[in-house]
Amino acid sequence: MRRPVRGQRGPLFLPRPEYRKRRLVDAARLLPVFGGFLVFLPILWSPAGAQGRDTARDGIYLFVVWAVLVGLAAWLAPSLADAADDGADLGKDAPADDQKDDI
Amino acid sequence: MPFNLLVLVCFTYVFFLFLVAYLVERRAARGRVAWLRSPLVYTLSLSIYCTAWTFYGAVGYAARSGLEFLTIYLGPTLVFIGWWWVLRKLVRIGRQHRVTSIGDLISSRYGKSNLLGVMVTVLAVVAATPYIALQLQSVTLSFGVFASDTPEGWALPDRNATAIWVAVGLALFTVLFGTRNLDAKEQHHGIVTAIAVEAVVKLVALLAVGVFVVWGLADGPADMAGRITASKIAAWNLQPGRWFGIIFLAAAAVICLPRMFQVLVVEDGDERHLARASWAFPLYLFLMSLFIVPIAVLGLERLPAGSNPDMFVLTLPLAAGQGGLALLAFLGGFSSATSMVIIEAIALSTMVSNHIVMPLWLRFRPQMAVSGDLRRIVLLARRLSIAGVLALGYGYFRLSGGSTALAAIGLISFAGVAQVLPAMLGGIFWRGATRVGAAAGLGIGFVTWAYTMFLPSFGSGGVISAQVFSDGLFGIIWLRPQALFGVDGMDPLLHAVFWSMVLNTVAFILGSLLTFPGPEERLQGAAFVNVFEAGNTGPRPWARGQAEPEALLVMSQRILGDAALGLFATEAKAQGKEGYLPDASPEFVDQLERRLAGSVGAATAHAMISQLVGGDRVSVEDLMAVANESAQIMEYSGRLEAQQIELSRTAGALREANAKLMQVSVQKDAFLSQISHELRTPMTSIRAFSELLMEGDAPVQVVSAQAGIIHTEAIRLTRLLDDLLDLSVLENGSVQLDLGVCNLAAMIDRAFVAAGSFTAERGFLVARNAADEDVFLHTDADRLVQVFINLITNVRKYCDVAQPRLRIVVRQKAGRVTIDFIDNGTALPKAAQGVIFEKFARLTDPARAGGAGLGLAICREVMANLGGSIGYLPGQGGPAFRVTVPLHLGQIGGRG
Repeated sequence: MRRPVRGQRGPLFLPRPEYRKRRLVDAARLLPVFGGFLVFLPILWSPAGAQGRDTARDGIYLFVVWAVLVGLAAWLAPSLADAADDGADLGKDAPADDQKDDI
Repeated sequence: MPFNLLVLVCFTYVFFLFLVAYLVERRAARGRVAWLRSPLVYTLSLSIYCTAWTFYGAVGYAARSGLEFLTIYLGPTLVFIGWWWVLRKLVRIGRQHRVTSIGDLISSRYGKSNLLGVMVTVLAVVAATPYIALQLQSVTLSFGVFASDTPEGWALPDRNATAIWVAVGLALFTVLFGTRNLDAKEQHHGIVTAIAVEAVVKLVALLAVGVFVVWGLADGPADMAGRITASKIAAWNLQPGRWFGIIFLAAAAVICLPRMFQVLVVEDGDERHLARASWAFPLYLFLMSLFIVPIAVLGLERLPAGSNPDMFVLTLPLAAGQGGLALLAFLGGFSSATSMVIIEAIALSTMVSNHIVMPLWLRFRPQMAVSGDLRRIVLLARRLSIAGVLALGYGYFRLSGGSTALAAIGLISFAGVAQVLPAMLGGIFWRGATRVGAAAGLGIGFVTWAYTMFLPSFGSGGVISAQVFSDGLFGIIWLRPQALFGVDGMDPLLHAVFWSMVLNTVAFILGSLLTFPGPEERLQGAAFVNVFEAGNTGPRPWARGQAEPEALLVMSQRILGDAALGLFATEAKAQGKEGYLPDASPEFVDQLERRLAGSVGAATAHAMISQLVGGDRVSVEDLMAVANESAQIMEYSGRLEAQQIELSRTAGALREANAKLMQVSVQKDAFLSQISHELRTPMTSIRAFSELLMEGDAPVQVVSAQAGIIHTEAIRLTRLLDDLLDLSVLENGSVQLDLGVCNLAAMIDRAFVAAGSFTAERGFLVARNAADEDVFLHTDADRLVQVFINLITNVRKYCDVAQPRLRIVVRQKAGRVTIDFIDNGTALPKAAQGVIFEKFARLTDPARAGGAGLGLAICREVMANLGGSIGYLPGQGGPAFRVTVPLHLGQIGGRG
């Protein structure tokens, strides 16, 4: 997303907390993709045989997926909030004490 | 329950909300807003996504189409857990550019274009109309539910009259709280808090009904699952197209709906809150949806056939004799409807007043930009817009007959606002998106949506005649509203969404690709797309033109009120000036424009400021100048960097040279003492023996021996002095070379003879290759032999192993011959390699060397004069020297 300006690109390798933070952002970006996959999965379940779908079971599946997605998002959110607060797009170094829980 | 009592409950509830809003506003006015800006309030305010459509309509939707109702909530869930992609950027842009509405966002992104602002506003108002009608319809229906079941048998006075009263009541509440003041930024703490309270009420109400249904009417979850499978909902089949399409639609709507944009971005744009809401809001949706299916199933099971499934939330508890629960549910539904209408009306009225009323006002009365009270006009415009929006909703309610299923109405609205999506996403992620593209996309999308979905929603023969439905517009079969381009048999909703979004996106992309954006547009585009780049605070476009600070102050006061004076005073202080009037620097004017944009929208603020500042705001030349300036700065810093690298390299070289000089200096001192010693020793013996001779009484043999010693010492002195003389001649380059052709093998042979190696006390093995050595050189043979002699002598003197071996390797390459002298002694340490060619350098103890340390220095000078070189060759397993000499001296050239 960020294009480094010629002549002042960032460091090639990052210290551990910074690295963890970037992977966290990757996870946050992938979460909706993963969620979309799970939510669209029922499209593939062809109506089993002649008796149609089991609505109760479909419903339980969707609600479980939903709960799992909410849980994952809640797990990611606090650290991401710190990351978002560091100003620019993770380009700057975060204050050291903000990184404690990321290690 | 008596109708009057119900009305009384409603009034009490509204009064309570009023009180909450009032108290909060008062606190906010005193600056105590900390807890108002908490993530909890933010998340709860987002729940206006769940309107009466969710509260009543979802159950009806589930009763009609099974689990498909979930799509409406799964779409937003995906958007929120993916907040890092879009929402975060929207919130950041909203905060940085003081965006007042979604129309303002689009208008501002595309060069503060008023045309786009108007288009988005019209689209939003039209799309919101069915949605507001939906709320009126649901509240009216819920009144009706209580009316029909009342023991006193009172009849609902008149459905339309009820709807009108509801509409008027909502308009009043919204006007009272939404337009009390004109904030610097469009924030309404009181309303938002009231909305948060309503969010809790509707969640509690729906959960209460759900718990009652699952554990009261049914026998727990297991029993419930059985009933679901047995009910007619189980006959539902997932339609892949609709499943995908509606999830997409809901995902688009949650960021494009004016009221969602209002609470998401405008009211409290804080990324930390957004992080919390990213999971808390999906959780809220999850809880709201949890009991929908059970309620629908039991409603279908217990209530008489033909009862409206949209009202199951109310009729189920009523049928079970739970009046209190029904009342709670009624309040929940009432909350859902009112909160939606209030925020929607505020958002729309802001857009209408900023993008339609104000520009028109300024157009027809340009002098008003510099005089007259604008605040009153803005507020009046907003109040009228609120009334107008609700009137339109009521009109739709009347026209559509108020009988359609709630969910169907809501989806029309969703598809309408989703038309903003391409322009919005393109605007924040693609710098190439242009105003023309956005306008084309919005226009075509809007027309397609209206023709295929909005107008047909009034029914066949409503707005569009039955003939157009069957034969197409102007009799063109391809223009049938529900079978565009001959695509027949598609689900009408999918058909409309598909064609409107496809045509919209194609027009947007083509329009953007084919047109060239203006300078203002390019500035704004860069500022929006790169909002996260460090140091990006937007461009400074007021590069030219000067404004009178006093005129600016007068104008700002009319929009910001007393806050303007404070703003000016702060700026004056920052500029280090006395009083209230700062200089109208470009930075300050830009800051002021953003402040004004927070009240009247970007396009209007821009128009007002440019009236005072005068002239076109920014030209392509200015833009290029800015670009050049930064390019120059970059280049300059690049040059500085290069210079710095150069400097540090030079410094390194200097340090090295200095170290070498120091070493040489130490050597020279050592040599001076050495040379004086060397000179002194023979001199001392010469003097001593000559004194003995002078006494004259020694026998002849002794005299002859003493004279012999004097002679030998004199020869040693002469040799030393010869060496020194030789060296100085060589160094001056004034040496005479005796050039001729000579065989290399012969020269090496001569050197061995001269060095006396064959007769020496220490014989050593010599490895040579006769074939390689058979080379003829045009050079000064005597001088070259002198070098070889020196090297061979060195081997004899310094090689410190019992069986010395010397290897001579000759190679020929590119007109040069290299002769390597490699022996098997101890290799020189690295420190020594640098200094052995210096004058007077001696590594081991002087006694063993027996010379003055001039040999290699002379060799180096000789080689330089012969156009070649001599160097130490590391990595050969012992001391090794490489002599390089040109095949033909004079062709390659040498010194002298």
